[in-house]
Amino acid sequence: MLTLIVRRLGLLVLVLFGLSILLFAWVRALPGDPARALLGEKATPAGIAEITARYGFDRPVWEQYLTYLGRLVRGDFGASINTGEPVLSTFAQRFPATIELSVAALLLAVVVGIPLGYLAARRRGGLLDNLAVGGSLLGVVVPVFFLAVLLKYVLSIWLGWFPTSGRQDARIDATHVTGFYVLDGLLTREWDASWDALLHLVLPALALGSIPLAIIVRITRASVLEVLSDDHVRTARAKGLARGVISRRHVLRNALLPVSTTLGLQAGALLSGAVLTETVFSINGIGSYLFDAVNQLDYPVLQGFILFIALVYALVNLLVDVSYGLIDPRVRVS
Amino acid sequence: MPESTQTTRPTRRTFTLASLSVAALATASACAESERDASRGGESSSSGGSQVDTFVFGGSADPDSLDPTFASDGETFRVSRQIFEGLVSTEPGTTELAPGLATKWEASEDGLSYTFTLQEGVTFSNGKPFDAAAVVANFERWYDLRGLAQGEDLAYYYRSIFRGFKTNDDPALTTSLYAGSTANPDGTVTVNLTTPFAGFLASLTLPAFAMQETAAVEAGGGNGTDGSDPRQSAYATSGPVGTGPFVFSAWERGQQLTLKRNDTYWGEKAKVATAIVRFISDGTARRQALQNGDIDGYDLVAPADVATLEGADFQIQNRPAFNILYLGINQAAPGLGDVKVRQAIAHAIDKDAVVRNSLPEGTKAATQFMPDNVIGYNPDVTTYAYDPDQAKTLLAEAGQPNLTVKFNYPTGVSRPYMPNPETIYKAISSQLTAVGITITPVAEQWNPNYLGTVQGGADHGVHLLGWTGDYNDPDNFIGVFFGAQTNEWGFNDAGLFDALAKARTVTSEDAQQTAYEDINEQIMTLLPGIPIASPVPSLAFAPGVDGYTASPVQDEVWNLVTVSRDS
Repeated sequence: MLTLIVRRLGLLVLVLFGLSILLFAWVRALPGDPARALLGEKATPAGIAEITARYGFDRPVWEQYLTYLGRLVRGDFGASINTGEPVLSTFAQRFPATIELSVAALLLAVVVGIPLGYLAARRRGGLLDNLAVGGSLLGVVVPVFFLAVLLKYVLSIWLGWFPTSGRQDARIDATHVTGFYVLDGLLTREWDASWDALLHLVLPALALGSIPLAIIVRITRASVLEVLSDDHVRTARAKGLARGVISRRHVLRNALLPVSTTLGLQAGALLSGAVLTETVFSINGIGSYLFDAVNQLDYPVLQGFILFIALVYALVNLLVDVSYGLIDPRVRVS
Repeated sequence: MPESTQTTRPTRRTFTLASLSVAALATASACAESERDASRGGESSSSGGSQVDTFVFGGSADPDSLDPTFASDGETFRVSRQIFEGLVSTEPGTTELAPGLATKWEASEDGLSYTFTLQEGVTFSNGKPFDAAAVVANFERWYDLRGLAQGEDLAYYYRSIFRGFKTNDDPALTTSLYAGSTANPDGTVTVNLTTPFAGFLASLTLPAFAMQETAAVEAGGGNGTDGSDPRQSAYATSGPVGTGPFVFSAWERGQQLTLKRNDTYWGEKAKVATAIVRFISDGTARRQALQNGDIDGYDLVAPADVATLEGADFQIQNRPAFNILYLGINQAAPGLGDVKVRQAIAHAIDKDAVVRNSLPEGTKAATQFMPDNVIGYNPDVTTYAYDPDQAKTLLAEAGQPNLTVKFNYPTGVSRPYMPNPETIYKAISSQLTAVGITITPVAEQWNPNYLGTVQGGADHGVHLLGWTGDYNDPDNFIGVFFGAQTNEWGFNDAGLFDALAKARTVTSEDAQQTAYEDINEQIMTLLPGIPIASPVPSLAFAPGVDGYTASPVQDEVWNLVTVSRDS
């Protein structure tokens, strides 16, 4: 197991190195001049020249890359061209918002998706099944952006149930400890702050969770249907096992294996979905920051953030691989 | 080999998100103390609804930093204006100069020295006195900025107005306009210049030249003397010290910035205890936040939202226009070097129709490259009335009856002077087509490349662009546009460049007025482009907000703002 982890980490370093080259080339292939994007209408030729020279944009790309790599090796990810904020600490500061949102979206998808998929399979062809299948199709088809705007319009503006943007009411004097707002309120016993943060999470989580939810419903349903027709389930029934035991131990446990695979893969989809969701709901996570960085051609931020996201994604998958044994005893045995 | 099982790739499961939260929980539990301000007041009732002690304003982005010396953008200045004050201010709602931290000032005959009499009894929010020595310290601080701090994106205004530092790190910089300053025995302060500069006093209204407590700046690493970015110093991220009606309280990046009332403010103390700027980048989201009560007011209201909000009892305030939208003409492009062609374009455009159909209500058509509230505005300047027949005649005379021009316009952007470029483009291009000009439209995203195309290279024909003024100085409009040969306009007119350079150094406002009236006439004869209009930007507020005065130069201080709520 240890050899596996070491090997995977070694591979990860190689992957990140390769990605850093691709990213470097990619951000420089984006149209536009970062110096001009920075200065806007106020740009003068002298100003453009000053900024270009300062960041070395006039140097050959390979030379710029080597300089960048040299700093990267020393742990220096550079700073935003736009504001001078160090990339590393900005990422650390922004990441909790994205995690909080992703977890909420994923929880929603799991808590609603698995029972729904299971029930749909058990009552195959029934009204619930048809609704679940149709609804999940809708969930995949409707773009996150559109759903976000629609949710906001109906539930915030029209009905006034939820706030329109941000992570917490501006007027709440909340103490922030971890950067996870719901958690912060619980830790500091500022219950109203937690409740308010939770209300702010509902719409973005619904929007971001819509696609994973739809996928989970479908996978669970398909997987349950498949397991139901398996030999071991027939055997269990023939043995006269209680219905509940069959459902829990023989159907669900086996059916959930492909579902958990899907969950691991959804981590990546959540991170990319966060870019849109965070922008629409003005949530200060890595997604909205990345969105602005693309607009501003903020090279260091783009390079750094995407590298971090890749790192997070790779680590998630490594952890998933390592933890196979925990859910699937067959892996442990072999 | 136990790991060989991995090759079969059994199912996986994600624990990471959960385990990360658990890790966070573990680190947090060590220091989970509520930092709530126990004295934080609630609501106090008064006639006509209850008075709320918090004002929440929707801005479009985070400030770059809390030190306005290193900024040139409206969002930074919006915050700076609450924390800091300059020597010179503006009359609320106008561009006229008014006393700030200086009660009066006097310029010497030769325009090389200005003596300021200071407001007495003013202290910085850290208790240090504001006096002549503090003013000198500020001027010396700016003059002595080094390295990165001198950058075009940092000390932008010092660079563009003072044009040089004590030690210039960029060869493009020249001798500084600043010659030195003295704290006089009578408590006044004298600032000396190396050459006269007509816009000096007006430029001091910019937050970039607001008075800061220089000892706190130094202690907080705010000068970047160690080579680091001064915008990231402790001073500029969490410890600004000024004399304004509010003091900095907290900044949650990407979310909001909280200001508290300065209880020792020398002027009229703020009516609200807390003022918050909430950052919402999307214009529609800002409107929705107002409609939902999340914020009490916001800036940069989209013209299309004005009617919706007014219909729902929200207050709309128009900011007096201090901008100019123009159709730029690149004389380096085929055909456009001929003044007759440019006149033809001018006669072909029905500015009133553009204003009526494509710009916010209250917008005035423009006759020159500045709005009428700028010094040097020439009411008798040569104008080109809408006259399609005349346009056709001129094109024929110029031998260009079948002129084809590129029309560059931006997409995906809304600027105060150009809320909806696509609509404006459509209006103007159809008018040009009507006189027989063939238009080749070139639409480009504002970000990343529009400005690069129309200002960075020579490959463009006519284009839409504009400018929002920073302070009341004509040089800040036409000096910016026509002070030197550029790719944007593609002409070389030494006479005009010299006239502008000379006008910059006149010593009185009267002389400025005369000089720039002449230059405006000179420009409108040369006709480098067609000034279109000065669109009126709008702000929106909840019904209970009172005491906010919109300023053409965005000199909006919130000490008089009150908020009341019905329920």
